[in-house]
Amino acid sequence: MNSSDTKHYSNLPLFSKEETLEMFRRMCDIRNFELYVKQINDKGLIKAPIYLSLGQESIPAAVSMIYKNPAIFAQHRCHGYYISYGGNLEELADELLHKPTGCSRGMGGSASIQSPKIRMFWHDGFMGSNAPIAVGYSEAKKYEKVLAVMGDAAAEEDYVIGGAIPWAASKKLPVLFLIEDNNLSVMTPVEKRRSWRTAKVAEAYGLNSVEISDDPWEIMYNVRELSKDLPALMNIHTKRTVSHNGSDLIKNSDLDRFSLTKQELEKLSLKKEVEEIERSSESFMSDLWKRRTEN
Amino acid sequence: MGETLRNTICRISQEHIEKNNGTILGECLIDGGRVRGTVPDIPEHPGIMESPMSDLAIGYVACGHALAGRKPILVVRFQGFNWFNIIGSANYAAKSKEMSGIPCPIFIRSVAMDGGFGPVASGSHYGLIYRMPGIKIAAPSTPKEYESVWNNFIETNDPIYVSEHRATWDIDYELEDSIEKKADITILSISSTRLNALNAKKRLSDEGITTNLIHLPWIKPLDLNKKNDLILESLLDSKYGGLVTEGDYPAAAAKNIAYDLMHKTGKRVYALGLEEKTAGFAPHLDNFPATPERIYNKIKEIVCE
Repeated sequence: MNSSDTKHYSNLPLFSKEETLEMFRRMCDIRNFELYVKQINDKGLIKAPIYLSLGQESIPAAVSMIYKNPAIFAQHRCHGYYISYGGNLEELADELLHKPTGCSRGMGGSASIQSPKIRMFWHDGFMGSNAPIAVGYSEAKKYEKVLAVMGDAAAEEDYVIGGAIPWAASKKLPVLFLIEDNNLSVMTPVEKRRSWRTAKVAEAYGLNSVEISDDPWEIMYNVRELSKDLPALMNIHTKRTVSHNGSDLIKNSDLDRFSLTKQELEKLSLKKEVEEIERSSESFMSDLWKRRTEN
Repeated sequence: MGETLRNTICRISQEHIEKNNGTILGECLIDGGRVRGTVPDIPEHPGIMESPMSDLAIGYVACGHALAGRKPILVVRFQGFNWFNIIGSANYAAKSKEMSGIPCPIFIRSVAMDGGFGPVASGSHYGLIYRMPGIKIAAPSTPKEYESVWNNFIETNDPIYVSEHRATWDIDYELEDSIEKKADITILSISSTRLNALNAKKRLSDEGITTNLIHLPWIKPLDLNKKNDLILESLLDSKYGGLVTEGDYPAAAAKNIAYDLMHKTGKRVYALGLEEKTAGFAPHLDNFPATPERIYNKIKEIVCE
């Protein structure tokens, strides 16, 4: 599932050129924002833990294209969702720089960001706690659509796999559980932790569920299908290119989803558009971080 | 005869789901006797939400209800279940306003009883939550006190942990403070130990030991009792200082209250709650909070020291 050898959803007439390019623009925005965070962190300007999404950009970018306007309950690694769903980027930068003008007034740091504008709620630091909160929110809002995002380790928490997921199943709540599965709990691989697969357990509870790669077209296709009958769960295999916490690069030779996505776009004869998106995104983020670090 | 505390709780809960779009969330809410008649007898009402036996998730689900603006009443049938049930409320709801500016108001009804249940399920466990900033703790024992705590919940956006005691559900009267000049000692009493303190006070009085008795329906912050002056004046005027009585282990609330009051008055203030031991099921191995006998004995010990 980690390889690029998956069904070529990009070649199917499933998404328009505009949708495809907008998805890629979101990937670029996440990537460029995070690369600047890395630079600034490497300079020692960030005094709190940071959790970057480099290497995992395709997931929030693709999900946000299809699963529109949900209430968002993410956890510590959540910059990508904030950016993809249209959170205020200056406020996010300020939050990481510990300013009172940050999206959580400096209280949240990287791990507990929020945005009332896009209905993204803060996280309390207990892995997976966002899942039952999302379930409660949906239940109390009379079945409003929500997104609950977590990693493969958080999905193991008893209040997730034995609490939130079956609760949503029993009450038929419109919750999309999204597992960003990099096969690691910090550094401990899945096979050392458990013998079961999250998607299979969710399926046993009666949820529609899939276990797929982080090919963005594959994600968009599956979100579109699954969101017709919620609750549902997506276990998406991915690889991060930075450490669990901080900005150290990790060796990641077997998968570079960003490059693979660009290659696919070039096959679709979109090279010129891709270059323009990359250039404008980089320029935008450069200006943004320059302004925020000057103040 | 007025309305019992049980009926007050039930009436407030019903009004909340019918008029405020509130929710009541908990395990075994209806079919087990409606938590001894404190949950409204309208089982089909959509505001009453039976939960699966998901003790770890339920506190967080309640947080979701609160973020959605439903001001949930989370019913914890036995305070011993707090060890699982209130994790979400204690960590998320208590911190939400400070962290994000978004309040997460939950009214946690957590029920205690004294003895008879061995090491599990029962007893008072509000001490677990006492250390957490951002959440209020109350132990109302009369109808008016309960109304007052409820009104605080409705008028503010703070989560409140409400320690209820089964022994108080039939109370249909109010409990007044009792103050005399130059008393020997002041008793500051919490939850069911208030009834025990009344009993001990009478027995001590028969022996010529005068006690002031001040009831504390609010445990944290203590200021909400609006009795600061009364408490300080009574302690300063009491020959042997004070005694705080409660139903939990005194390591959390009672000793903290006593500590603060000692600093403010220079008087000795003692704390009396559960004994530092595990309760067994056999009656002779049980562990009771500040019983009338223990309050009596403790005050005799202080006075005769």
